[in-house]
Amino acid sequence: MDAFLVALLNGLVYGLLVFMVSAGLTLVFGMMGVLNFAHASFYMLGAYAAFLSGRYIGFWGGLIVATLAVGLVGLFSERLLLRKVRSFGHTQELLLTYGLFFVLEELVKLLFGPTPVAYRVPDELRFTAFTIGNSQFPFFRLLMGATALLMFFGTYAALRFTRIGLIVRAAVERPQMVSALGHNVPIVFSGLFAVGSALAGLAGAVAGMYYPTSPAMAHELGSIVFVVVVIGGLGSLNGALAASLLIGVMTSFAVGVESTFGDLFRALGLGGLALPGLEAVQFSSIAGVLPYALMLLVLLWRPAGFAGNRA
Amino acid sequence: MTAALEIAGLSVAYGGAVQALSGATLTVPEDGFVVLLGANGAGKSTMLKAISGLLPFENGAVTAGSVRFFGEDIAGIPSHRLARKGMLHVREGRCVFPNMSVEDNLSTATFALDGRTPRKTRGFDDIYAYFPQLAARRGTAAGYLSGGEQQMLAIGRALVGDPRLLLVDEASLGLAPLIAREIFDILGRINQDRRLAILVVEQNVALALRHAAYGYILENGVISLEGKAETLMDREAISSRYLGGGHAAVAAH
Ligand SMILES: Nc1ncnc2c1ncn2[C@@H]1O[C@H](COP(=O)(O)OP(=O)(O)O)[C@@H](O)[C@H]1O
Ligand SMILES: [Mg+2]
Repeated sequence: MDAFLVALLNGLVYGLLVFMVSAGLTLVFGMMGVLNFAHASFYMLGAYAAFLSGRYIGFWGGLIVATLAVGLVGLFSERLLLRKVRSFGHTQELLLTYGLFFVLEELVKLLFGPTPVAYRVPDELRFTAFTIGNSQFPFFRLLMGATALLMFFGTYAALRFTRIGLIVRAAVERPQMVSALGHNVPIVFSGLFAVGSALAGLAGAVAGMYYPTSPAMAHELGSIVFVVVVIGGLGSLNGALAASLLIGVMTSFAVGVESTFGDLFRALGLGGLALPGLEAVQFSSIAGVLPYALMLLVLLWRPAGFAGNRA
Repeated sequence: MTAALEIAGLSVAYGGAVQALSGATLTVPEDGFVVLLGANGAGKSTMLKAISGLLPFENGAVTAGSVRFFGEDIAGIPSHRLARKGMLHVREGRCVFPNMSVEDNLSTATFALDGRTPRKTRGFDDIYAYFPQLAARRGTAAGYLSGGEQQMLAIGRALVGDPRLLLVDEASLGLAPLIAREIFDILGRINQDRRLAILVVEQNVALALRHAAYGYILENGVISLEGKAETLMDREAISSRYLGGGHAAVAAH
């Protein structure tokens, strides 16, 4: 039971982190159909920005600087790069962000080297929040989860209850119609892009302390984030939250399971049938594949995703 | 008296190649109710998009001619600025925001009032007065409304923006005959009460001509016939036109 609770909590925290990064990506896609390949690079930049600035202004200051700095990088990427290729269509936009992804990765390698930098949880935050049974739940994990929750409710409230939120929600559904109703769509889009990037930056600043801060960060999270956006339904914030939590919890449980496929086959009474190669494979070793398998299933069964209404 | 809309010699092409409109000329008087008729693909939606500045979204562009909105040449003005000047376009297929409530859908148009009319954010009683059905469903997501209700919402939303010219594309497409008539009745009332200039695109010729004062017929991107509604009502003139038959004389004003 205790192990179950711990796995559940770990899964939820990881899921919330994934959501922090997916939120901006899904809204940007919903509004302009831009699938931003470099979105997870903003997540990586956030970690490095917090690492750099945190040395001078402390942990909390670093979080703020990272959020703002990455928001600015996002804003400039949109206005100086993406906007230039917009009229050529979505393929060109995709290729551009694909290029940006590698440029940012190489740039970070050049400046900080290919190995992780020493971005660590500060000592004053290294304590145990609570214990379940005999496992200790570090305060920092709690902080990560709380940041993500705060972000979800903040984003949700901003979308739900403010004038700007009203336009963004409308623009995600039908950008042209929003223009016909008096809204400057390119500016709304730039703003949304910047905010989405800033949120990814914040996520990186928080997560980079817990997980290694290295140029590979973007790769590691990038593909999962795409899975979330596809499963949740392109453009749907609620769908992204549900998919993130599902993937987080699923992965966390799969990692903790020590049974092998052989056990499963025997439990099903198929002991004799089992393929010899699979016999000794543990479930935990396929944890990484589960999200992608889920994505394939969702694509086959419901191509628009959980909450999607787009073809 | 300046007209609400004066189009002269308007030509439009998509992607620099597909010519969708050629030298079209059309006028909507200050409180006129004008209908634009024509078969599928004639270029009706193209004309409305050219007026309201939506062509750039579809890689289309005006290649010749002019559009004047209450005397002002509006060439090149982006659609959101035109909306703020009081040019409101109800697009083909209604284009309501399906996951947003009726009330939120109406609210999205309040921004079109910026700089013209004091903005209101709550209470759309004047709008609901035209569409009592919507009042009862103000909290419902627009995607759950019937086709007729969605069209009412799309028109109501445009009215929230306090239009000086209302463009309605395919007012009755896909609606039951009774609902279609109701929509046109309401458009007629709006035209009368508010002295609001309306240009409506319609494929149901008889219905449209019973309500509008003046009509134009578009064929393959060219205005082929125009005249007072009573004149155009002369079915033979129209049906021969539609079937691509003989060249009926252009009816006089
Ligand atoms: N976005 C577009 N890109 C290219 N061609 C278009 C586009 N929209 C319309 N057309 C073409 O322009 C012509 C007129 O279309 P449209 O104005 O939609 O006609 P209508 O509204 O009268 O049915 C058609 O031949 C159509 O194929
Ligand atoms: Mg049309």
